Amino acid sequence: MMVKKNGLLAAGAIAVAASLALAGCSAGSDSSGATSDADSSTLTVWVDADRAAVLKDAAAAFTKESGVKVKLVQKDFAKIQEEFIAQVPTGKGPDITIAAHDWLGNFVSNGVVQPVELGDTAADYQQVAVTAMSYEGKTYGVPYSIENIALLRNTALAPTAPATFDDMVAAGTAAGTEFPYLVQIGPEADPYHLYPFQTSFGAPVFGTNADGSYNPDDLTVGNAGGEAFATWLAAEGAAGRMSVNLTGDIAKEKFYAGASPFLLTGPWNVPDAQAAGIDVSVDAVPSAGGQPAQPFVGVQGFMVSAKTKNAIAANEFLVNYIGSEDVQTALYEVGGRPPALTAAFEAASSDPITAGFGAVGATAVPMPNIPQMGKVWQFWGVTEAAIISNQGDPVQLWQKMTADIAAAIQ
Amino acid sequence: MMTTPGTGHDRAQIVAAKRQRQASRIAEAASAGIKVLLVKVLVLGIVDAISVYALFVLFAKQDWLVFALVLVVTVVVNWIYFRVKGLPAKYLTPGLIFLLIFQIFVVGYSGYIAFTNYGTGHNSTKDDAVSSLILSAQERVPDSPTYALTVLEQAGVYSFLVTDPDGDISVGNAETPLKTVTDAETDGSGQAVGLPGYTTLNFADIVSNQEAIAAVAVPLSDDPNDGSLRTPDGSAAYLYLSDLVYDEAAGTMTNTGTGVVYTEDPSQGSFVAADGSELQPGWKVEVGLANFAKAFGTDSIRGPLISVTLWTFAFAFLSVATTFALGLFLAIVFNDLRMRGRNVYRVVMILPYAFPAFLSALVWAGMLNPQFGFINQVLFGGAEIPWLTNEWLAKFSIIFVNLWLGFPYMFLVCTGALQSIPGELQEAATVDGAKPWQVFRLIKLPLLLVSVSPLLIASFAFNFNNFNLIYMLTNGGPRDVTAGVNVGATDILISMVYKVAFVGANRDYGLASAFSILIFVLVALVSIISFRQTKALEELN
Repeated sequence: MMVKKNGLLAAGAIAVAASLALAGCSAGSDSSGATSDADSSTLTVWVDADRAAVLKDAAAAFTKESGVKVKLVQKDFAKIQEEFIAQVPTGKGPDITIAAHDWLGNFVSNGVVQPVELGDTAADYQQVAVTAMSYEGKTYGVPYSIENIALLRNTALAPTAPATFDDMVAAGTAAGTEFPYLVQIGPEADPYHLYPFQTSFGAPVFGTNADGSYNPDDLTVGNAGGEAFATWLAAEGAAGRMSVNLTGDIAKEKFYAGASPFLLTGPWNVPDAQAAGIDVSVDAVPSAGGQPAQPFVGVQGFMVSAKTKNAIAANEFLVNYIGSEDVQTALYEVGGRPPALTAAFEAASSDPITAGFGAVGATAVPMPNIPQMGKVWQFWGVTEAAIISNQGDPVQLWQKMTADIAAAIQ
Repeated sequence: MMTTPGTGHDRAQIVAAKRQRQASRIAEAASAGIKVLLVKVLVLGIVDAISVYALFVLFAKQDWLVFALVLVVTVVVNWIYFRVKGLPAKYLTPGLIFLLIFQIFVVGYSGYIAFTNYGTGHNSTKDDAVSSLILSAQERVPDSPTYALTVLEQAGVYSFLVTDPDGDISVGNAETPLKTVTDAETDGSGQAVGLPGYTTLNFADIVSNQEAIAAVAVPLSDDPNDGSLRTPDGSAAYLYLSDLVYDEAAGTMTNTGTGVVYTEDPSQGSFVAADGSELQPGWKVEVGLANFAKAFGTDSIRGPLISVTLWTFAFAFLSVATTFALGLFLAIVFNDLRMRGRNVYRVVMILPYAFPAFLSALVWAGMLNPQFGFINQVLFGGAEIPWLTNEWLAKFSIIFVNLWLGFPYMFLVCTGALQSIPGELQEAATVDGAKPWQVFRLIKLPLLLVSVSPLLIASFAFNFNNFNLIYMLTNGGPRDVTAGVNVGATDILISMVYKVAFVGANRDYGLASAFSILIFVLVALVSIISFRQTKALEELN
């Protein structure tokens, strides 16, 4: 009886203590007034698991030189965008976060990031990386890697790189495999992987301004090239070469099993292909419509919170440490994506796979980071899927999609 | 134990022993009382210390609402535990506090969000929006030089000592524009590093005062249109121009480049120009019933909302009906003593229930792939049946997969309920000449329903919000490409809420919360009606 009462009392007290502590914490987080003094010489950085190990050294070097502690917080990359937008306004967010460049429009319209002044070091990065990290003329991040898709070729089945799409189909047919070429599509299609074909018909989603940024008022996707692309998609679907049943997993497995000489994919699938015993080579995406086939480039980098109390330390850390060749090379070695810093990229190009993806990336276009792009995806994929599975007149479906996007952007 | 009265001697002994026991019990109680009291004082002391700390923090922040709440909770908790009486309250208090924090508050807060415009572009306070707009409006003047910077301090005022690329040295602070100086100390490369009368700050000093230094803007000249020098990193300064000017008194933002005036609109939570264009970000404001008006008043939302609601009801009802029917049938079959190897079958039956449901749904999505899936390849000889891409087949597939996932639960429940029905009832009915079907329909089923129907209602409520299955199997698809909204044929209300709140660049938490309230109302209504029916069923028996 006594024991019970004791236990009860303790449990009750713990519960109350916990609830009050919670109340205290949540109140403390409303604005960082009470805690900022203690934190002023600690930089909190959100990173994903792969990058965390590399940044440890850079952080230690920075702490040694400047006396500013760096706290690396590991996060699931896929959840960072959501959490950053939710936490920065409460004052609980980090000073710096790792980010993909196409989150930028969303970040800026939520007011959670602030511009980063690269100063004269801007010229040391690949142009496409800096353009991607810019929004409305201001640079918001320090880029560290560039990634894009290209054509993976099984050299045992196709010894030479195809110059055009027709060449690729001919080579694939001659190889006598199950599929002439493979590109992942899936039930809601995959506009990202189909984009190089679309640009080869001269139909980018948005037109660009003079400085290379996208112009949301200039929706170019529905032009004559877009209609030609839609017609072409329907023909590929009818010929059975493209199918909404070919999901990413299936396409990958078929390629590893030697069911096709070509797979349109990114560097993330190369290690598995090599592990499956395939001798791969990286080529440019062949043009289907006559114009250059430009895939999207995704740039990853680090951005600074709009509510950081450590703006100077954060800038110093990003520009002079993340932007150093050592760190960029180290980040490349764990991620396998070509570095954004030109010097580090040139060093990494001794690897033919990296050089291959890098060469395609040099001619590619940054994925639009304007928030309007978010409205495009939801119509784009399903329309392509409908066209590929011949659910209607391709040109009509395409124009319906263009009208829907235009209405959604308004 | 002993009922007969003993001898006088025995009695005296018994009385003595009784007294001794009583005495020792009192002593024990007294000492334990002190122990309990000590623990009580100690633990409550810790609790009070934490809450006093919290109260100080809240007082400093002038957060009066939370301050009052913490104060009241602390006083009440102390009163409850120092009182001698009121044992139930001592048991209930911790649970009630947790209930308040983790349930009532969360539900209340979600409900509150439904009456705000919380979402993309409106996720913080007005102060945050203003400072963010001002921050992003700062733009480095194109082709302006990089100034090498040394930060100086004099009587608590920070000054910038800058060396431009030509080697000219000037100094200035937030009040006085940049002016050229000649008496600066320079280092080997010609960069100014100090000025008589000023203290030069090193990087550690800069970092410890970085908020103040990052806020310093040194005007280039008396004309504000020339821009001002700011430093992002403490070692270089750049010339910035802001194209937005905030007038707090008037509540306006003016774009100095285009001359457009954006006026604060408290009902929208943003700065709006005369032509209707808005500055992003805005801030969170209460919008009353606007989200509900949007849900029911906008054609593009109302149409899908109605069809999704209908499908949600159909899906939840059919899921419960099919799983219950199959579960009951199997329970009856395996409850028959003539069946051999029942235990083996029963274990096999439970297997689908043992796998995580979202994983099973994902596996089924692969198996139902029209071209490469197991179902079409192996069972239908390569026929390309569009299980998940045809509107009606997708609906069928969802219900079918949910049947596979859900029948073991119903099987378990029905087996238990059947075994609790006394065998005599069946015997008596058989003796009276009832056929097996009559026995089932008139005796077993009503008795079974009494115990099972609350579970059926719970199952209905669960399937009403069965997000895992929809998300993993079809993700709400197939979409009708001509519909123009991001809602597919198999979307149920909760997956639609998910798409509104978390998919795409334009998240609308306010609208999603409004939908959640609708879902709550629907589930509550269905449950209330069903429980009424169940009660009637109980009274019948």
